Amino acid sequence: MSMSARALSGGFSQPVFDAQAVFRLMMEGMSRPGTIQTVNADVGQPSPLGRAAGAVALALCDADTPVWLHSSYASSAVARWIAFHTGATTTSEKAEARFALMQAAVGVCSFDLFASGTQEYPDRSTTIIIEVEAIGEGRPLALSGPGIKEQVMVNIQGLPGIFDGSWKSNGALFPRGVDVVLTAGSRLLCLPRTTKLA
Amino acid sequence: MSPEVPSDQGLAAYNFAYLDEQTKRMIRRAILKAIAIPGYQVPFASREMPMPYGWGTGGVQVTASIIGPDDVLKVIDQGADDTTNAVSIRAFFQKVANVAVTTHTKEATIIQTRHRIPEQALSEGQVLVYQVPIPEPLRFLEPRETETRKMHALEEYGLMHVKLYEDIAHNGRISKTYAYPVKVAGRYVMDPSPTPKFDNPKMHMSDALQLFGAGREKRIYAIPPYTEVVSLDFEDHPFEIQRFDKPCALCGAENVYLDEVILDDKGGRMFVCSDTDHCEDRREHGHAGEMLARQEAAE
Repeated sequence: MSMSARALSGGFSQPVFDAQAVFRLMMEGMSRPGTIQTVNADVGQPSPLGRAAGAVALALCDADTPVWLHSSYASSAVARWIAFHTGATTTSEKAEARFALMQAAVGVCSFDLFASGTQEYPDRSTTIIIEVEAIGEGRPLALSGPGIKEQVMVNIQGLPGIFDGSWKSNGALFPRGVDVVLTAGSRLLCLPRTTKLA
Repeated sequence: MSPEVPSDQGLAAYNFAYLDEQTKRMIRRAILKAIAIPGYQVPFASREMPMPYGWGTGGVQVTASIIGPDDVLKVIDQGADDTTNAVSIRAFFQKVANVAVTTHTKEATIIQTRHRIPEQALSEGQVLVYQVPIPEPLRFLEPRETETRKMHALEEYGLMHVKLYEDIAHNGRISKTYAYPVKVAGRYVMDPSPTPKFDNPKMHMSDALQLFGAGREKRIYAIPPYTEVVSLDFEDHPFEIQRFDKPCALCGAENVYLDEVILDDKGGRMFVCSDTDHCEDRREHGHAGEMLARQEAAE
């Protein structure tokens, strides 16, 4: 398939119901950090984008949400796929992005330049979707914070150690800060800014 | 798998759950940010709904944005399933989203509420959606939005404590009985909507997700499950909930919130559960209060 054909293919087969289902996974994930959610809908996303990351983009992005893409996505059919299916514009300015798509394999960039909101409007911040190798196996992380009864253990493969430090300084900004969605294939796990890693 | 809203009934074929998809996405993004910042009021572009402000347009928009074909919806107004507001909103979602509805708290996946939290403890799979008239707890103390924004930003809640202190100075106790301010996750002071303060402890470390929608004021806020919710008070004037002298006259329940019902013009009255489903459920299980027992004896 040519690059432009890949950009035009896929999408939700039932846009209304699939978008609702994916949003509910996100809502469940954000309100119970550490729970692993699985996206069932086939969205026909172009590589190297994962299914869950593609589904989240389709469910939440539109013309109101500039999207920042990691270099590996920006140079593939992903940019045009998102533009075609959601109408979202891509931006190279991290601070303008409402959503950002990253690939941990290429490297996790610092969160400093992304929008963290203002003290008055901390909601005006970027939601960063990071594709990792695997969720449910790999390096153990202990999560705590709102939405978690006491502590929950999760295993993440392919999340560089540098993330822990960035996440800690992100938490120090509260109520400002970015929110993160980790994705691996069809799985996703949310880390709202209130979640602490131990 | 995906039931369509019947297009041959009613006036027009609405999109599923009435709102258009772009509106839903906007509200969904606001809900996710609200969950990430517990107790913080996220502004959103509230739409005009086919019902007047004050009838729960905020709650309806939140429900419409989260509801799916597999959900089971319960709507309560002051605890009751059978009042005008509850019946209309339930019928609205039956028509525009074709979803299953129930009056049983246990069976519902989404409960939209006006001014009460069900007596039955909520469970993990449930979402409680509140209809909120005035989301800003500081609004009656400071009318300017620019100032209240700044107060939240700086975590400057002295004014609220002064208000509660003045209450004690004037009345000997904190006289606020509903919309009693709470602090969420140790950061934001939040208005729990005009629920009686009796319900405040139920918000603390709840198993269910709680979402709040204010349509006229265009704000959405949230309390994730297992989040600390503390009612504001003073060491020497600790927060207390309402106590009732008598149990429910119909089901005999104690430690529930009761409504006063006037029976005649000679001062006759009874107190019954405000949560109608809870009351009916207890009666079905053989519990009988004073009035019910008397009625049965008379028959």
